Amino acid sequence: MTLIFSVLSRLSRFYYDGFRNMSNWGRKVWIIIIIKLFIMFAILKIFFFPDFLKTKYDNDKQRSEYVLDQLINLPASHD
Amino acid sequence: MIENVDLTLVNWSRAQFALTAMYHWLFVPLTLGLSFILAIMETIYVRTGNEEWKRLTRFWMTLFGINFAIGIATGIILEFEFGTNWSNYSWFVGDIFGAPLAVEGILAFFLESTFVAVMFFGWNKVSKKFHLTSTWLVAIGASLSALWILVANAWMQNPVGMIFNPETARNEMVSFWAVLFNPVAVDKFLHTISSGFLLGSMFVLGISSWFLLRKREELMARRSILIAGVFGLLSSLMVAYTGDASARTISKMQPVKFASMEALFEGKSNAGLVAVGILKDTDKKIGERVVKEFVFKIEIPGLLSVLTGGDKDAYVQGITDHVLGNEKRGIMSVPEKMQKGQFAKDVLMDYKRARMINDKEQLESIKGIFRDKEFHDKYFRYFGYSSIDKPEDVIPNVPVSFYSFHLMVILGFFFIMIFATALYFLFKGSLSDNRWFLWIPLLSIPLPYIASELGWILTEMGRQPWIIQDLMPVSAAVSQINSGSVITTFILFAVLFTALLISEISIMVKQVKTGPGH
Repeated sequence: MTLIFSVLSRLSRFYYDGFRNMSNWGRKVWIIIIIKLFIMFAILKIFFFPDFLKTKYDNDKQRSEYVLDQLINLPASHD
Repeated sequence: MIENVDLTLVNWSRAQFALTAMYHWLFVPLTLGLSFILAIMETIYVRTGNEEWKRLTRFWMTLFGINFAIGIATGIILEFEFGTNWSNYSWFVGDIFGAPLAVEGILAFFLESTFVAVMFFGWNKVSKKFHLTSTWLVAIGASLSALWILVANAWMQNPVGMIFNPETARNEMVSFWAVLFNPVAVDKFLHTISSGFLLGSMFVLGISSWFLLRKREELMARRSILIAGVFGLLSSLMVAYTGDASARTISKMQPVKFASMEALFEGKSNAGLVAVGILKDTDKKIGERVVKEFVFKIEIPGLLSVLTGGDKDAYVQGITDHVLGNEKRGIMSVPEKMQKGQFAKDVLMDYKRARMINDKEQLESIKGIFRDKEFHDKYFRYFGYSSIDKPEDVIPNVPVSFYSFHLMVILGFFFIMIFATALYFLFKGSLSDNRWFLWIPLLSIPLPYIASELGWILTEMGRQPWIIQDLMPVSAAVSQINSGSVITTFILFAVLFTALLISEISIMVKQVKTGPGH
């Protein structure tokens, strides 16, 4: 238990020191990472990228029925 | 039920995927290549104890970090698009895609949260050997991470190791090893990672040349050029070798793509390899598709036959052979494949009817048919042809395939010359004297990116109309969503990725100008 605590403590200290002593470019890219992840997961994923089959159907049986219908009634070819 | 395809939806969905994939691919190859260059430089530092090697490793590590951080998670957007825009496809591929992507996700998570952190935060905190091990693990891990994505992509080019389950409407993996060692996957992996190594080497060579031109950090620049020159030359030779192997595999697995990239409409023996050429339309047609011919070409006689079939009398199949069939050569026509695909679809329709009346005996019987290898090989493998309207629809855009392939190859040979010349001048001790040459690698930094993107354009455009070769056309894979929302997200992505790219370039340029001394 003491060993695990010691390892976790050293690990957290390692990351803490790393972030605290980060260079200017490091801070800049972290700001970009945070903004990027926010846009991707909090805006794009939620508002623009719902899972089509999950939102339209309740269970896998209905989803497979739908896709089977799509496969059987495959659309006409495109140019 | 879909009777007609919304072409606006299909085309915008394709454009959106192409945009995000191509932007994502601007970040990946530099990570693949630069990580190994860092590992080599740090190895020399650990073995020699020379602080100058540590200094230059840390400099290139900074540029690696900027690229890695800004590129991180850009690939996740592609997964968003699978679920939203390509739901039929995502469902149909089932765990074939799920398993490799899950392995990739786990690998990437552990790689990024542990060893990359040691690389950047661990100087003077962990032992030299542990730090070096972490750097090597990042390099190896990045390539392994790419492996799983490429395995998934290779399955789309050559679907193997699965059976279709009509009950779930999904393909189920029956042989993980067949999927992993798919010949297309092996070639694709080796070709892709070596092109990443090449790109990383050109990046280092170009920036080091800039330092020499500015007469700054000349020792660091020469040492970097030594590593980048040797690694780049070996990588570019490997790119040429694996590219050749890849083309041979394509000629067997995707012969229409191969004929398109050579713009070979009529098959022939003693076929020449076109090194450079310009295409034009002719009066001839295959169905409604116009046949192209060369206005101008430089051709090496017989070489295409030698490369694909082992001797100059070997027959190289043309586009016409595949569309109309060639009984003498044992090549099945598209109309025959359409019949076979329709038969597989009819069996699937029988399954649907049996499900509607809950005929359990019939359901089990049809499931057994889909598990049968003979049915799979004779009929189901052509399932996608049942949705093809006209035989000529299986012909991809020939000029796009031809030009992207040939430009990529020309650039490949150009890179070999650059690396070889850089090493020649370096060993002769006259690199700084030949300032004209130093401009070439500097100005060539974007070229491996262009070559790499051209490779992907060939890979993806060359197999149209398929999203999964012979099994599913793109038009059947797309979700029935509002095309307006796809256009909106296309614009959002274009803005987001362009902003990321500008940020990356501006931060990198600033760090390069600052140099390793700070």
